[in-house]
Amino acid sequence: MSRVQIAFQDNDESRYIVAAIEQDNATAVVHYEPAMIRVENEGSLIIKRDTVSEQIGMEWDVQALHINLITLTGHIDEDDDYFKIMWNN
Amino acid sequence: MSPKKLNLKDKYKLLTRDLDWEFSYEDRKEAFPYEEFEGIKITDWDKWEDPFRLTMESYWKYQAEKEKKLYAIYDAFAQNNGQTNVTDARYVNALKLFLTGVSPGEHAAHLGFAFTGRQMGGIGARVAAQMQSIDELRHIQTQIHAMSHYNKFFDGFDEFNHMHDRLWYLSVPKSFFEDARTAGPFEFMIAIGFSFEYVLTNLLFVPFMSGAAYNGDMATVTFGFSAQSDEARHMTLGLEIIKFLLEQHEDNLPIVQKWLDKWLWRGYRLLTLVAMMMDYMLPQKVMSWQEAWELYFEDAGGALFKDLERYGIKMPDYTDTIKQEKEHLSHQAWWIFYQYTHAAAFHTWTPSAEEMDWLSEKYPDTFDKYYRPRWELAAEMEAKGERFYTTGLPQLCQTCQIPMAFTEMSDPTQVVYRESIYNDERFHFCSDPCKSIFDNEPEKYVNAWLPVHQILQGNCGGGGLDKVIEYYHLEDGVANLDFEGSPDAERWKDWKGVA
Amino acid sequence: MTIEIKTSTLKPIRNTYAHIERRFGDKPATRYQEATYDVHSTHNFHYKPLWDQDREINDPSRTAVVMRDWYDLKDPRQFYYGPYVQNRSKMQENAENNFKFFEKRGLGESLDSSLREKIIELVIPMRHAEVAANLNNMYGTAHGTGTAVTQALIYEAMDRFGNAQYFSKIGLALDGNTGDSLATAKEHWMSNPAWQGVRAYCEKTLTIKDWFEAFIAQDIVLDTLINDLYYRQFDEWLTQNNGRDLLLLMEFMQDRAKDSQRWSDSVLKVVVSESEHNANQVLAWISTWRIRAQEALEPLASALLGDKALADAFAVLEKRLTKVGLNC
Repeated sequence: MSRVQIAFQDNDESRYIVAAIEQDNATAVVHYEPAMIRVENEGSLIIKRDTVSEQIGMEWDVQALHINLITLTGHIDEDDDYFKIMWNN
Repeated sequence: MSPKKLNLKDKYKLLTRDLDWEFSYEDRKEAFPYEEFEGIKITDWDKWEDPFRLTMESYWKYQAEKEKKLYAIYDAFAQNNGQTNVTDARYVNALKLFLTGVSPGEHAAHLGFAFTGRQMGGIGARVAAQMQSIDELRHIQTQIHAMSHYNKFFDGFDEFNHMHDRLWYLSVPKSFFEDARTAGPFEFMIAIGFSFEYVLTNLLFVPFMSGAAYNGDMATVTFGFSAQSDEARHMTLGLEIIKFLLEQHEDNLPIVQKWLDKWLWRGYRLLTLVAMMMDYMLPQKVMSWQEAWELYFEDAGGALFKDLERYGIKMPDYTDTIKQEKEHLSHQAWWIFYQYTHAAAFHTWTPSAEEMDWLSEKYPDTFDKYYRPRWELAAEMEAKGERFYTTGLPQLCQTCQIPMAFTEMSDPTQVVYRESIYNDERFHFCSDPCKSIFDNEPEKYVNAWLPVHQILQGNCGGGGLDKVIEYYHLEDGVANLDFEGSPDAERWKDWKGVA
Repeated sequence: MTIEIKTSTLKPIRNTYAHIERRFGDKPATRYQEATYDVHSTHNFHYKPLWDQDREINDPSRTAVVMRDWYDLKDPRQFYYGPYVQNRSKMQENAENNFKFFEKRGLGESLDSSLREKIIELVIPMRHAEVAANLNNMYGTAHGTGTAVTQALIYEAMDRFGNAQYFSKIGLALDGNTGDSLATAKEHWMSNPAWQGVRAYCEKTLTIKDWFEAFIAQDIVLDTLINDLYYRQFDEWLTQNNGRDLLLLMEFMQDRAKDSQRWSDSVLKVVVSESEHNANQVLAWISTWRIRAQEALEPLASALLGDKALADAFAVLEKRLTKVGLNC
């Protein structure tokens, strides 16, 4: 399995998203780098609306991800309630 | 009746994909005339998978929020004279290279995606390209604005667009983007959308911006990361376009493979400037070029190519060469600029003792053996007042337009020379891939505006080097030459209260 | 003491970029100026486009009109990317609230069924016409000269795509998100005689080679007429025919058209004032496209508003052209 990764600007909003990722992706590894937070996982990684909303304490729109996103790898599957990246190998 | 809840995918389909129609009154080929000449076969645009599903209202909403944040930081940066907080004024030279070399490329990409965003027959692909086009416009504009404050305090920024059309080393990025824009719409999408944006852009932006963060430059890190958040969308478009072309028709495979081979190399050669920036121009280093290459190309790109294998796509043959070159590239590039700094719009310097130790540690197999002695000699000559310059004009590679200075990997003391004869004329190349790119399309590449040829033909101000420098709008002793003794260095000392 | 020294040494060595200084003098520049002027590459092009071998990649000869300085086509709104998206973001927020209100109050259900049908037949198909507007403006961005006009053209192009989506959303607001109204509207677009003229006009504009001619055919001739028919006359008609609630859903398009017209008026005026050559060329284009527009819009305008409507719209076009010095 290849690793996927996603990176966010290091700020308060991102911290909730990263916390949600850690909750939903048991094997994800989080790296804190200058001004950015990079998360890696084997094969795929999912961000769930409900988990992030729970973390933030209010309704969170999946597309708001774009505001703090820096980069990602892998194919994307996006819907109202989740955002997923994955490799097919 | 309460309205049905539409999910993102269905909503996007209704709001975008369903808008196109079959023509009755005109030949559709007259409206989309460039879809066929490259040999690409599209059988069904409906098979296009939207890489992301942003409606215009969401686009405006989220982009406005990003812009608001970004400009608040620019304003704060200017009001607080943020330029005085960078680690060292030498750092600013990386920004000069960025504004003169990279930013105009953003504008070229903006125009290129406007072209494909108009010309591709499928509405899903078109709209994605259009959004990328307007994003690229955002990037050049936010970069001009980020550098605007630096321009008020440092030399080498003020003539960035005049220089981009003229200065010798800036023909490397300029010709890269023009090569892509003068190609057909699908080659452009593979060149910039896939090869550059998907495979290589992380190498440009992420290390550059982490570098900016390490060196106290909040204006740059903010525009960089903010731009990169658009890039994440662009990358997915790049990946979708290649999958789409390969799934449409088996005859597309050899064409796409040829474009990949060409554009990954063209992009890699362009990134030479980034390699040098990372290893030599950042006072506080983030990671070496080699490490960045391994993380963002070998690791991430490797996974990608594994995914593309199912379509018959192969990693280009020359990736072994790149693997070897990663230990040499930055050292050879910085040496080029060190020799020709009198004709460059940024300052150079010899690496300090600590910096050389860092380079030895990062490049254990090559730095001490090949490059340290050269820098130590250069520093020694400088100390004696005999600063080394090359006054002759270098030969440029006909394809990538970088001076011929890269060496054979089997013998890193031997410069590579390759050549081809076309219409009884001899053309020179820095590498095998640059030669084969030329050989595939000689009629295109003979038209390259090679700065050195143009100087020799008197098209750059005529006369001697002084005239050329004038033609560049490069004021001698201001934006060029070594950092030590430059007006930039004097001002910096003044701000910092150093004698 | 130290503070004094610091402020005096932190004096800027220049106010702006050199090309901005050459145009506007040595003084601090606006962000619009720095983001716009001289951004297009103009010299030393490398390769000929494979799709247009007789021209350079950036080439002013992609239109027959000639400007000494294409940067004279300044956008009176001074939109660069940031102000553009922030302005539209505010407008969309308003539109979003309008749509929510419309949906929450079930205003679609209270519409008269004949009015509802009229909207589906004669308004929603505009979503397709807006795609042609998107493409024609995109064409100008790709082939035009000078960032002053090419950036404004991409803002217009994206706006028009936004319009196409808003027209679609009106359909969804009327059909309870099933999409049935959109399918019906598309059938009207494809075969209802009322729409065939407009559709033929749109298809024709997409084959124009000269980007400024595309601007004239789309942003000046067709849009002036459509804007008057839909955002003035039909607006009044709805007010008088129990369709007030629908105005909420049209507000974005209406406000946007006004905003856009300030820009297109200015472009037109500067270009025709530049030279007799330009004025004649533009007149020639207008005279061809207005004939096509007349023919194209007649059935639609009559169906939507009655027989007199198109003449009224043409009077508005006439007035607009006279204002910029074009007497047709």
